[in-house]
Amino acid sequence: MTIPGTPTPAPGKKVNRIGLELAVYRGGKSTLCAGCGHNAISERIVEAFFEMGVDGQQVVKLSGIGCSSKSPAYFLGQSHGFNSVHGRMPSVATGAMLANKGLLAIGVSGDGDTGAIGIGQFVHLMRRNVPMIYIVENNGCYGLTKGQLSPTADIGSTLKNGVVNDLPAIDLCTLAIDLGASFVARSFSGDKRQMLSLLKAAIAHRGTAMLDIISPCVTFNDHEGSTKSYSYVKDHDEPLEEISFVPFFEDISVDYEPGTVQAVSLHDGSTVFLKKLAGDYDPTNKSMARRVIYESAARGEIATGLIYIEPNRPDFLALLNVVDQPLASLPAEKTRPPREALDAIMDALR
Amino acid sequence: MRSATTPVVNDFSIQIATVNGSGSQTANLVLLRSLFQTGVPVSGKNLFPSNIAGLPTWFTIRASRHGYIGRKKEIDILVAMNPETARDDVLGLGPGAVALYDEPLKLNEVRGDLVFYPVPFDKLVATVCPDAKMRKLVRNMIYDGVLARLLNIDLAQMEQALGKQLAKKARTMALNMAALQAGFDFAGSSLEKRDLFRVEPMTATAGKILIDGNAAGAIGSMMAGVTVVAWYPITPSSSVCETLATYMRQYRMDKETGKATFAIVQAEDELSALGMALGAGWLGARSMTATAGPGISLMSEFIGLGYYAEIPTVVFDVQRVGPSTGLPTRTAQGDILSTAFLSHGDTRHPMYLPSSPGEIYEMAIEAFDLAERLQAPVFVMTDLDLGMNTWMSDPFPYPEKPLDRGKRLTAEKLQALGEWGRYKDVDGDGIPYRTVAGDGLPTYFCRGSGHNERGQYSERAADYVANIDRIDRKFQHARTLVPPPVIDRADGARIGIIGYGTSHWGIAESRDQLRQEAGIETSYLRLRAFPFSRDVEAFVAAHDRVYIVEQNRDGQMAALVKLDVDAALAPRLRSVLHYDGLPLDARTITDEILRQENHP
Repeated sequence: MTIPGTPTPAPGKKVNRIGLELAVYRGGKSTLCAGCGHNAISERIVEAFFEMGVDGQQVVKLSGIGCSSKSPAYFLGQSHGFNSVHGRMPSVATGAMLANKGLLAIGVSGDGDTGAIGIGQFVHLMRRNVPMIYIVENNGCYGLTKGQLSPTADIGSTLKNGVVNDLPAIDLCTLAIDLGASFVARSFSGDKRQMLSLLKAAIAHRGTAMLDIISPCVTFNDHEGSTKSYSYVKDHDEPLEEISFVPFFEDISVDYEPGTVQAVSLHDGSTVFLKKLAGDYDPTNKSMARRVIYESAARGEIATGLIYIEPNRPDFLALLNVVDQPLASLPAEKTRPPREALDAIMDALR
Repeated sequence: MRSATTPVVNDFSIQIATVNGSGSQTANLVLLRSLFQTGVPVSGKNLFPSNIAGLPTWFTIRASRHGYIGRKKEIDILVAMNPETARDDVLGLGPGAVALYDEPLKLNEVRGDLVFYPVPFDKLVATVCPDAKMRKLVRNMIYDGVLARLLNIDLAQMEQALGKQLAKKARTMALNMAALQAGFDFAGSSLEKRDLFRVEPMTATAGKILIDGNAAGAIGSMMAGVTVVAWYPITPSSSVCETLATYMRQYRMDKETGKATFAIVQAEDELSALGMALGAGWLGARSMTATAGPGISLMSEFIGLGYYAEIPTVVFDVQRVGPSTGLPTRTAQGDILSTAFLSHGDTRHPMYLPSSPGEIYEMAIEAFDLAERLQAPVFVMTDLDLGMNTWMSDPFPYPEKPLDRGKRLTAEKLQALGEWGRYKDVDGDGIPYRTVAGDGLPTYFCRGSGHNERGQYSERAADYVANIDRIDRKFQHARTLVPPPVIDRADGARIGIIGYGTSHWGIAESRDQLRQEAGIETSYLRLRAFPFSRDVEAFVAAHDRVYIVEQNRDGQMAALVKLDVDAALAPRLRSVLHYDGLPLDARTITDEILRQENHP
């Protein structure tokens, strides 16, 4: 069988399908710590948008507050960005998409920003299936406030100062699956290839694409005893599948033995090919998706990959039956009812 | 003093005491509307509990040939239908008042100085409504019939008013009409008219409409071209967005595609509601939310973001009694100070202060313009009395002014400017030019953290000060953009009154009382917006004493005025405060001003 491999990152002078170089997709210089997993994620975002040939003018990038939420400044410098309020990015992103459904939104949050202060907005974003990519850069701790535990820290995981976490972790993937997100993935900032494929698939998807990316904090949570350290995650990462992504604009035929690879068609015509590594795992099966997370966690392992996908679930804008033209740019003729309408309303009140 | 035999024409208040959930709303609105159709100025106020069924409710109707539509403190005619409160309701009346009551309550035994009209409601309803289950629904129409006879209201007007509410329900209509007639006939045959109140046709309501303020806000927002609405249910503001949704589904569906030219989202809480409104405002949509005090408190952090990141949106605050849950179904003007400075750090926000449904409508339209002009959240401050009660109004005029979408950068403007910075003040009014995603113009990074005039992250002291000072220039500029106060200067008056919002109606009537009863002439300045125009300081300077009348305990607007006027004028300011949750009445104002004036 032949499965297209994910292309290697483009060298500087290579241009993408809309004639832009990779550099155009970069942002400002990162101010995060050297070796921070978040920087690796930013680099993959740059590559994914470059390779997909997305026009940065048609992208909005949003975040809440925290180390992770600083990162939108470090990618897609040609796009509008919004560094909003701690834990409240989902509502801002929802409003943005209501205003202009033609844009592609990418939100970056952290485990505190999403799992603690922002859990309320997170769950409702998932319920609504707002069309956007929602990335959690998950390191199990608060970096910007210097190393406190976050709600995604595992039971028994220790802080640098020896404090042991004795509360259960919130698993953002099971939560997202239960609540209706139509694309749920988990990855590791150390696995470039998997991350890149998942990001491109997320770009091709219409609906909420939630990516929980474990992204070790080199300063506060990369020590012995932490279950979010580089070495721990590397040793316990259990990819569910080998992911290949074929964008809609590449005409590639694929042969494979039935039963070994699952092909999932995405909204924009792209296809994601999943070469099964873990038995007969099927990411379109919700109960299987939940089970694989529970079972791997029970073994102390971390299942990664495309965990759940429902490619055709209507997104929030579709449910609202909103006109095709962005609401933000509707002309007054469409938004101010005519004189007769007001007259009719007044007559009914006499 | 009026003589004991002179009829009192078109000048009385009726209070109907019922249990909530007992279906009295139809009867009360029919009574109100029949007076309105007779040409008599009216207002209707529902004093209701925070409950679905089973607690006391009072509906008050005021008819006033003078056009006073504020609450009247004294009840002239009581309709006592609630056994739980009947005794207290009767004890609360002034001597000579009328009490129409359910006969078994034997209220005539409570006191002897009233005019009592006992009505056997159960007996009468049984004759017109054989189906016992339906009786509860039509029982209340009987008091309308009795009052029609006693007050000389044309039954045909009541029928017409009933038809307006039950147009499509023929059977219910017939039952209600029968009950109405039964009450009318009973009063004719069994009650001797012993009071002086009566109704005579006038023409003072010709051409007018009856509407509540929340519906006015909804219509204004629709006519302003709002496209993104996010809200969270809360009394007394819910009907702003619910009414808006009803109108939008009727008038804002795209003709060619049948799709909505709007998105209305019931959010998970007020934080999210405002977050969505800001997200939409950031990308150039006209957005709004509506809430009440508890929601305003929750929105505090996000409003600071809107202020500092300079994002337009409109927030309706239908004020209710706080703090905390407070009295959710009672009215107040208690969010003035907190809203003016909502959020941490140095913030100040424009507020519209409408006094009537017509003004809510016009100010709603203006608020969307101002929000985009200033690139800032703008508040429309109403209250429960205005938002949920029934008001007469002139029909709303069609907006002739085109939408003002504010300073949006264009390719031509960019060329003219040479270079663009998101937060650069190129015109001197503090208002920069903005771009939005998808417009093909230069992009920027919007943030609530410190930034320079190019929108770049900055912790430099000089950048911070320059930026926060520029934002204040916008606010100062807004003094000239918001509606100026309405000023009525009385020749030689040494006393001034300042009021706003629903306090206006009590003040207007109180000025007449002060003149007629104490010979005191007053000037009056009605605030219509914050920030104030310079007229406010001039008004204070022109009077020896200025009473600021408002519906809160701490004199919140007085505090804002004191901050705004020359400090030397501050001692002239006094407060008349009313904060028991009931709509403000004239008598309270008159008595308090006379007390402070040491008037004998």
